[in-house]
Amino acid sequence: MSDPKVFAIADQAIVDPITIVPELCTGCNLCLHVCPVDLFLPNHDKGGPPHVLYPGECWYEGSCVDVCPEPGAIRLNRPPAMRVSWRPKAALGPRQD
Amino acid sequence: MPGETPLGPIPWPYPVEYDKTEYQDADVLVIGGGASGCFAAMGAASRGARVVMWEKAATMTSGAMGSGCDHWEMAATNPCSLVTPEELADAMVRMHHGYNNGISHYIEAREGYDRLLDLEKYGAKIRDTGDDFKGADFRDDATKLMFAYDYVNRFTLRVWGTTFKRAMYRGAKILKANVVDRTMGAGLLTEGGKVGGRVVGAVAINGRTGKFTVCRAKSVVFCMSRPTRLWLFAPGATGISEFRPPQCTGDGHAMAWRVGGQFTMLEKSLRGEWSGLRSFPPYSTGNNHNTWYACTMVDAEGRRIPWLDRDGRELPDVADRYRPSPGQKFYMKGGGEPDFPFYEFQGPETMPVEEAVKRGFKLPFYADLTDMPPMERKVIWGMMVGNEGKTKTPVYAEYNNKGFDPATHVLQSYGDGWRSGQFLPQERQFFGIPGGMVNDWRLMTNLQGLFAAGDVLFASDCVGHAASTGHYAGRQAALYAATHGDVRLDDAQVAGERARLYEPLQRSHGVSWQALAEAITRVMQNYCGAVKSDDLLHEGLRGIEELRANEASRLVARNPHDLLRAQETLNVLTNAELVIHSCLARRASSKQLMFQRLDHPEMDPPEWHKFVTVQRDATGVRVGSLPMGYYGDFASNYEKHNADYIREGAVR
Repeated sequence: MSDPKVFAIADQAIVDPITIVPELCTGCNLCLHVCPVDLFLPNHDKGGPPHVLYPGECWYEGSCVDVCPEPGAIRLNRPPAMRVSWRPKAALGPRQD
Repeated sequence: MPGETPLGPIPWPYPVEYDKTEYQDADVLVIGGGASGCFAAMGAASRGARVVMWEKAATMTSGAMGSGCDHWEMAATNPCSLVTPEELADAMVRMHHGYNNGISHYIEAREGYDRLLDLEKYGAKIRDTGDDFKGADFRDDATKLMFAYDYVNRFTLRVWGTTFKRAMYRGAKILKANVVDRTMGAGLLTEGGKVGGRVVGAVAINGRTGKFTVCRAKSVVFCMSRPTRLWLFAPGATGISEFRPPQCTGDGHAMAWRVGGQFTMLEKSLRGEWSGLRSFPPYSTGNNHNTWYACTMVDAEGRRIPWLDRDGRELPDVADRYRPSPGQKFYMKGGGEPDFPFYEFQGPETMPVEEAVKRGFKLPFYADLTDMPPMERKVIWGMMVGNEGKTKTPVYAEYNNKGFDPATHVLQSYGDGWRSGQFLPQERQFFGIPGGMVNDWRLMTNLQGLFAAGDVLFASDCVGHAASTGHYAGRQAALYAATHGDVRLDDAQVAGERARLYEPLQRSHGVSWQALAEAITRVMQNYCGAVKSDDLLHEGLRGIEELRANEASRLVARNPHDLLRAQETLNVLTNAELVIHSCLARRASSKQLMFQRLDHPEMDPPEWHKFVTVQRDATGVRVGSLPMGYYGDFASNYEKHNADYIREGAVR
């Protein structure tokens, strides 16, 4: 039913929010149905994993991960610039050097 | 690899229906399916109206709280509350020196708890049914309700908000609202196609098929959030340009402005707090506010940063952080209201970062859940972070998977207090009671038949406000539809809207929506930044006109998805114009509105202590004003407009 004159080109983003593991993904497309920004497109091959077409539009709320019925099939990747650090409380104290 | 997204062009996988038009007919058309929209649909349907609801994204997860929320504020009618709706609404208005929506916040205080009971009926979790927190200070063991902030007065509830959006969706469907997803409300239709005319319906475009939809409706409820991306845009990570989700672009504001809707307080903006990769996701770093209230903060050597009451007295016990000060009846929020401190309702807060550093505390600071009593630790990390809007998967699950242990680890803090990024003064945002549409006691706007709810309203705030004003506006819109005659669409207006909306499909190359979006923020930062003047603002209007004449008329969309983004960006451009006109209209500086005029430097001169309004009419922009407290007495006005609801309540 697709229109051959209408195309999409994958977004050139500086983030890589979604990893789909093709071996675990069953192509059910639930992630695609709940994504608020509609960043996925269904795979032309039935049962194939959805394409991450507009990664730059991700809001990082994780709806796709929450809805996925296959544990580990889809992962949300925090941008490295947003990595947060924690440490054991016991390690806090005056510097020893 | 089969999982990889092709680099080259992909044929559009959905049917393309640019040339199709679907006609719908409704008593009440709700545009926007977040918290306010779902409840507007339920409220209207509860009165027997035929309801259509358009949602740009997917109703199951969409809206600012689609993936969760952890607080339900101002629930004054919950059985444990020691404050009345009148006291809370009065506090909200006085804290903001009158610049607040007394109507909508009274509705929130009076009906917010009813909406929670609705949610529970549709499958959401609002109480500690598993007895996980039995015996905790913040729990009422009879009702199993749980409270945040002020444990004495008990009017803010802790809730399991990750269960809420599905319940709202279910409720709208059970009440037989026609919920239409992936459909962006894009233009209002008015009687005779005139600016200022009665609203008779709207048009929409579908983000997957490009189909055009025309809905004729006796009344319309706007539930489309608030303007974003006016000053902040993050190219390459556009989805996190602002705190609110990217599909919230203030489409309703732009739609209403075009046909003569009236706005107030849009001259108020705050310095940005979150945008792009320059800040951390909200509540993902060590802090002691909101979701994390009232977590202990420690310095790099493990020393506790003192907690202080509103008089600067140190609070030795953790329990003191959850109690009003001596002589104070109740406090509104812990951690103060950093932008709007107000002594009477100010809650406990840690010593300011600068003061702590001066006293020898060493940076960086950390949130220290190990120091909290076990129930407090468990409720912050286990429940609140597990249910807040964007923390369940990206923070709670991720940190747990990577080994974060709240009983032994401390989490680093990066900014001053709860903000986690630093922004320039001209990088602004609508946050903390911003402007919006003017409303009466029916939540109707100046346009006959157009109602507003949630963040479309001026001085909006949070999910409880969205849900309660949504339900209320839905009921009033149904009443209006039942008591006003049939409506007729103006064919020329419909055709004009179609031509306007599909214009970006007419060319194969041109300007991308991202390029236009970035350019809008530059105009706003340069000419409508932290300091304003007539000269700067007029230059800003010229900049907007230049973008409209050049880039906006060369926007290109390859497919329905791009078309939606292009139309959102054109709405942002319209909202920029609306905001500049709002700033021009107030010819005085105001501390409360965070509004500084170089050409009118006197702060808050008494003659300007009023709501300044702007709206378009046939000849241009009309400026007006409304007195502070124009809405009159809370209880009597509310009761006059809601006799039926009050009767039902007595039955309940």
